[in-house]
Order: sequence, then structure tokens, then C-alpha cells
Amino acid sequence: MDNEKIINEVMGGGLRALNRLADSSLVERWGLEERTQQLVYEGAKRMAETAAKAARRLVRRDREASHRLPAKFDLSLREEQQLMRDTLRRFADEEMLPAARRADDASAPPDGFLEAFEELGAIAMAVPESLGGTAERMSAVSQMLVAEDLARGDMGLAYAALAPSSFVSAVAHWADSDQHSRLIPIFVDGGGAPATIAVIEPQPLFDPYALRTKAKKRSGDYVLSGEKSMVALASRAKWFLVAAELPKVGPRFFVVERDTPGVEVVSQPTMGLRSAALGRLKLDGVRVPREALLGGEAAAEEGGAVYDDAVNRARIAWGAMAVGAGQAVLDYVIPYCNDRVAFGEPISHRQSVAFMIADIAIELESMRMLVYRAAGRIDAGLSCRREAYLASTLCSEKAVEIGTNGVQLLGGAGFIKDHPMEIWYRHLCAIGVMDGNLLV
Amino acid sequence: MYLEVPQSLKLIVNQAHQVAKHVFRPISRKYDRAEHAYPKELDLLAALMDGLSAGGGQRSAGVDAVQREAGAGDGVRNGANMATCLGLTELCWGDVGLALSIPRQGLGNAAITAVANPEQKKRFKGTWAAMAITEPGAGSDSANIRTTARLEGDEWVLNGEKIYVTAGSRADSVVVWATLDRNLGRAAIKSFIVPHGTPGMEVVRLDKKMGIRASDTASITLTDCRIPKENLLGTPEIDTKAGFGGVMQTFDNTRPIVAGMAVGVARAALEQARELLSEQGIEVRYRGSFFTKSAAEAELIRMEAEWEAGRLLMLKAAWMADNGIPNSMEASMSKAKAARVANRITLRCVELCGPLGYSEQELLEKWARDSKILDIFEGTQQIQLLIIARRLLGKRSSELR
Repeated sequence: MDNEKIINEVMGGGLRALNRLADSSLVERWGLEERTQQLVYEGAKRMAETAAKAARRLVRRDREASHRLPAKFDLSLREEQQLMRDTLRRFADEEMLPAARRADDASAPPDGFLEAFEELGAIAMAVPESLGGTAERMSAVSQMLVAEDLARGDMGLAYAALAPSSFVSAVAHWADSDQHSRLIPIFVDGGGAPATIAVIEPQPLFDPYALRTKAKKRSGDYVLSGEKSMVALASRAKWFLVAAELPKVGPRFFVVERDTPGVEVVSQPTMGLRSAALGRLKLDGVRVPREALLGGEAAAEEGGAVYDDAVNRARIAWGAMAVGAGQAVLDYVIPYCNDRVAFGEPISHRQSVAFMIADIAIELESMRMLVYRAAGRIDAGLSCRREAYLASTLCSEKAVEIGTNGVQLLGGAGFIKDHPMEIWYRHLCAIGVMDGNLLV
Repeated sequence: MYLEVPQSLKLIVNQAHQVAKHVFRPISRKYDRAEHAYPKELDLLAALMDGLSAGGGQRSAGVDAVQREAGAGDGVRNGANMATCLGLTELCWGDVGLALSIPRQGLGNAAITAVANPEQKKRFKGTWAAMAITEPGAGSDSANIRTTARLEGDEWVLNGEKIYVTAGSRADSVVVWATLDRNLGRAAIKSFIVPHGTPGMEVVRLDKKMGIRASDTASITLTDCRIPKENLLGTPEIDTKAGFGGVMQTFDNTRPIVAGMAVGVARAALEQARELLSEQGIEVRYRGSFFTKSAAEAELIRMEAEWEAGRLLMLKAAWMADNGIPNSMEASMSKAKAARVANRITLRCVELCGPLGYSEQELLEKWARDSKILDIFEGTQQIQLLIIARRLLGKRSSELR
């Protein structure tokens, strides 16, 4: 029996006895209440001393275990995370917010935008020093903050910017050493052939664990067939990380080059996220060598955990996107409702307006906490399937709510394109749809 | 960034959980039926909790422990505020009414901890203090209270009527809000400790309630009730600039606790519903499209996500308090979110479990009755929204009313 169990047994026994004692009419009849209380106090004190000792042993044992958990609940950021945030926020304010409308109209990121993002060193930041990148350590929290801060600028542009770095960080995380040396330099050393991830498929009730895209083993190679959807930068990407079902094994990732025979890309205009230039990726008997399986041959056997990890990381990434865009909505409605006068005073003086804003703030912070927690668990080495699923469930529902209330607060002004609110409305509707194609 | 319950607080959480499981749950229905009967188990429990905190070298999980800690110096803290919130979560998983009736853990104790001077803290050590704010004509608009305090020589003379005083008859003393001058508005409102037995203070009625029936809710009258000058908490000066700060700052500490209480009762309902539904073959799986799940499973997951939101907002507000970061808005957010979610969850779980949920066979119907008060006391949902909105919009209470 371990220490924790002993504590529970000891306490449970004592506490049950306490109820019986309290219920006993003898105690009362004999006027023993005070004496009994004294006895209980002393007993409890000894019990707690024993339990505290056992707990200290427990804590020590946990600390000694090779896997050390952080000691404290802590919302603060590491210094380099804070510095990175400052930079990204400036980038979002200067390069994204003002460019969002034009990019939405053009269904593409502005010229030079992806290059400007790369110059921030964001892609190298997704790769650890040991592989030639600049990250001291790979951190899901850091990547999540990047997604949040960029999405506050514009979720569509953020998707465009993050698709290549998601591809690179997937390779950094899960590739074997051959793939590392073949692929990482292409992206880290600049030039940055555009790359993207393709998991989502064009069917209702899409489930990343029920892929229709199949990979069949054929004389040492793999042959991929199926269709992917909502792929960022689809028509300009040179590299795709494609999720496909390997029969009798499960879903796995394959690195597919654009010019492989059988690959076709079709543009797929969508309600929002247009500035990420979404497209469909059609795979018709696409033959790739066995080295294309991410993680190498070992991944065929053990790659299930990698895929689980990727699904969780995608949910956190889109949750962070929702938080960023939700923050943009909140930051916009506050000055708008303070400035907008109706019936002789700012509309923010009306509870029906003010309470909608308070609710946006509450739900936004709720989303943020669930997403942060899931990412924090990855960095601490804890499982996060449940946490990522719950974060994604909450974010899907609340993102739409925040989007629609944002437009509502602006009234007619929210519906016309003079304000960015209608873009955010369209963006936020994507959160419930996007279950993949991105990573933290 | 690490948002898990820290190892250092697991002992206190576990202790509180054992109390909830072995002391509260077995007598939960008994005192729900026997409203106004004094739960004598609680005297032993108070002795036990004192013993536990003496032996464990930790502070108790009660509301008396919350206080501001200096943030500087030794890095991030997970301190008394977080411990208290987590402790109350566990206790209210057991029974909200009983948790509110633990001797020496009244809301007045939180006020004493927050605003009393060292001499008062010493003098009132070990007292069980209730909190009396609401009046028949002043609930949410607590600036509008009519109870007066008049200085006569070395004594304050209190006159007025207080209602909805939690633990008002069982506590040893009552922290009474009264105004020194009704013309000076909220700045003139001060709090006073009035020990039971002081001539002029009388418990005139115990309310019969829908929920938290194990907890006494008293009406109290003060008729020329004289207390020593030194029983005023904080400063007697009326500083119209500082405004409501003094008496209201207690709420920054107590609102996350109420959030914790909501989190506790909601978890009780969720766990029970999951168990009962699992007997019907409904299992919760955190995978697959949300829309291919049965409605019951989807609902359980949605509630769990909302519940986690309330819980994490509570931890955030408590963490800020422990680290000396101003948290008025976050305290209100945690209370608003956790309480409304808890109420919705407890009601929904009744519905999900049908006759098992609605009948007294299980405690689900009781939790649905108990949870409602959490969205009302310590500031209603609507008051929390006002506080949050004023902060966000930069509005005074005269503008956003």
C-alpha cells in the first residue's frame, strides 16, 4: 500500500469514527462534549502529523523520480516567452491588422508577408538548437502564444504564417535522423520552401481518427489516395505533411512533395481564413518512397502516439487561434461602445450592452485558461488528450458566440466591411471546423 | 506555465476531501431534512480541523485563512488563497450547507483577516464570525444600507436590521456593516465586530430555505447596541476618495472561494451523473467528432469543459491574490463563471438522470437546490457582470449603473 493510500485509510477511519461519536447520545448525556472535542483535537493532530510526514516522503519520492513536474501552479511566462510576445504583438499590430482586409479580398497573404514573418526567426524558433534551430527547448506553450498573438492580428494570416512552421516543428518532433538531416536545413537555412500540413478531409463529421485517405504499402513504397481540405497555402506549398490511414496500423504522417505524380491542388475559397489561400489536396495513387513515412519504419509500428500527440497539438493551436481572434473582438468593442452615442449617452452605459462585453471577456478568459492548461501539460510531459478535447469543445462553442456578439454590438457597422468585425466573425466560425492542419 | 494543482497543496486537498467524504456526505441528507437542527458533528469537526492544521503545519482550508501576501521576494507563491479555494471545493463536493457551518470559518472571519489590525486579530482569535451586510431594503446595492453607527464616548451605538446572515445565529460574533453618515455614501460604511450576547443585538428569525438547509440564515436586529470603540474594523476616518475600498476588498478574497464552492458542488453532480449514466452504457470518450456522440455523452463533455473553465478561473484569481496581484475583475469573473456553470450543471444532471436525479434517492436534486445560492450571495451574477464591465470599459458606478 503506498503512502497516499495509508493517509486516506487513516483519515477515513478516524473520520467515520467521529461521525459515530457525534451521533452517540452518551457523549451528550454524560456531558462529555468538551472532553471529546479535546480528544478529537489531539487525535487529529497526531493523524495530521503522520499524514504530513507520509506526504513529505511522497513529495520527496516524486521529486526524485526522473520525471520532475513543476512544483507550482504558475501563470507567469518565462523571460524569452515574454520577449517573443512583445515582438509578435508589434508584428500583429503593424503587419497584420492593417493588411487583413486586403488579404481577405485577395484570398492570399500580401507579398512579402511570409518572408517578413520568417525574418522574425519564428520558424527557426520551432526547431531546437540541436537540429540547427534557435529554440533552447521545444515548448508547446511558446508555440501556443505565437498562435494567439498572431491570430489577434488576423487569424487568416496567422494560419498562413503558422502552416510552414507547424510542418517544420512536426519534422523536428517526430522525424528520424535521416529525415532531420534531409529536411530541416531546407527550412532553417532560409529560402524556406513553403510547406503545410494536410489532415482535414472534406466530409461532414470529420474525425481525425477515421481518415478516408489511405496509404497502401506497395513493394517497399507507399501509395496514397484520398482528398485533403482546408489546407493553408495549398497552391504555393512545395511540401505537404499528409495524414493517411495505413491499413491495420492506423493514421500516420507522410511527407509528400508537390511535384510527385498524382498530386493535384485545387483552390478552395472559404467563409473566412481566406488570406491563408486554402485549397484542396487531391492524392490519386501518389507513390512515395518508404522514407516518406514520418519517423521512418519505426513509426509504422510505434507511430500511434505521435499521431495522438499531433491531434492534441492541433486542438491547442486552433484553441489559441480562437483566443487571439476573440481578444481582437474584445479590444475592438470596448472603445467602439464607449464612443458610440445613442439616446444621449455612450451605449456602454446600458447594461444590455455592457453585460455582453463582460460575457465576452469571461468566456474568452475561460477559453484561454483551458488552452493554456493543455499546452502546459505537454511541456510538463503529462498526457493532455482530455484537456485538449475539452479546450477544443469549449473554444468551438464560445468562438462562434464571441464572433456573433461582436458583430451584434456594432450593429449595422459590424455587418459592413468598413470595420474588421465581420472578418473576425467569419474567422471564428472556423474553430469548430478545423480539427487538424496546424500544430503547437 | 503550469496550471495543475501543486504537489504542496495536495495534502490539504486530500484532507478536505476525506472530511467531505466521511463526515459530510453521510449526514448530508439528514441535515437537509432537519433544517435548523444544529449539526453536532461539526463541533468535533472543528476540533478535528484545528488539530489537523496544528499537526500538518499547514493552515486550515477555511475561509479565515485567506489574506494578501506580499508578492515580492521568493518567487511565485501557491499560498493561502489557493489552498482555501481548493479546500472549499472539496468540502462543498461533500455538502455546501455543512461547509458553511464549520465553526470558526465564517465569512466574517475572512473580513477580520482582510481588514482587522493586529490588536483586533489577537483579540478575536478563535472567534466564529458571521457577516451581516444585506438589509430588507438593501441587497446588491450595499452602499445604500441604513444601519447606523454613532460614536458615544468610547462606544459605538448600532441601530438597524440585517437579513440573510449566513451562520448568523450559530457564530460567536457578527461583522456588521453600518454607516457613520448616510449623507456621505459608501465611504462612510464601516464594519464592526459585535459579539453575540451584546445587549441590543438579537436574532429575530431563521429563514426556511430551498437549499443549503444545513446552514442557518438569520435575521438580526440591532437596537441601541453598544460595542467598544475598538471593535470598528479598519479606520474610522471617512475617506471619500478611497471610497468603498476598505470593506469591499474582502470580496476580492472571498469571491474566488465561492467560485471554489460552486466548482465543488458541480463536480459532485457531474461525477454522480457520469456514474449513473455509465450503468446505462453511456461512457465519456475524449475523441471522435462531438456530433457523432450520443446527446447524453456530448452533454457530459460540454458540462465538463464549462466546469473546467470555472475551476481554472478560480485558480487564476486565487493565484493572483497569493502573489499580490490586484484581482478584483478576475475574482468577479471566477465567481460569475463558476456559479452560473455550477447551477446549470446541477440542474442538467438532475434532468439527465431522470427520476433518479429528481427524487431524494440520490443527492442530485439536493445539489441542484443548494447550487442556486452560489449565484446569488457574495454578489449576484448581475453584480459580478457590472463589476467586470466597469473595469473593462473604464466606467464609474455613476455611469454604468
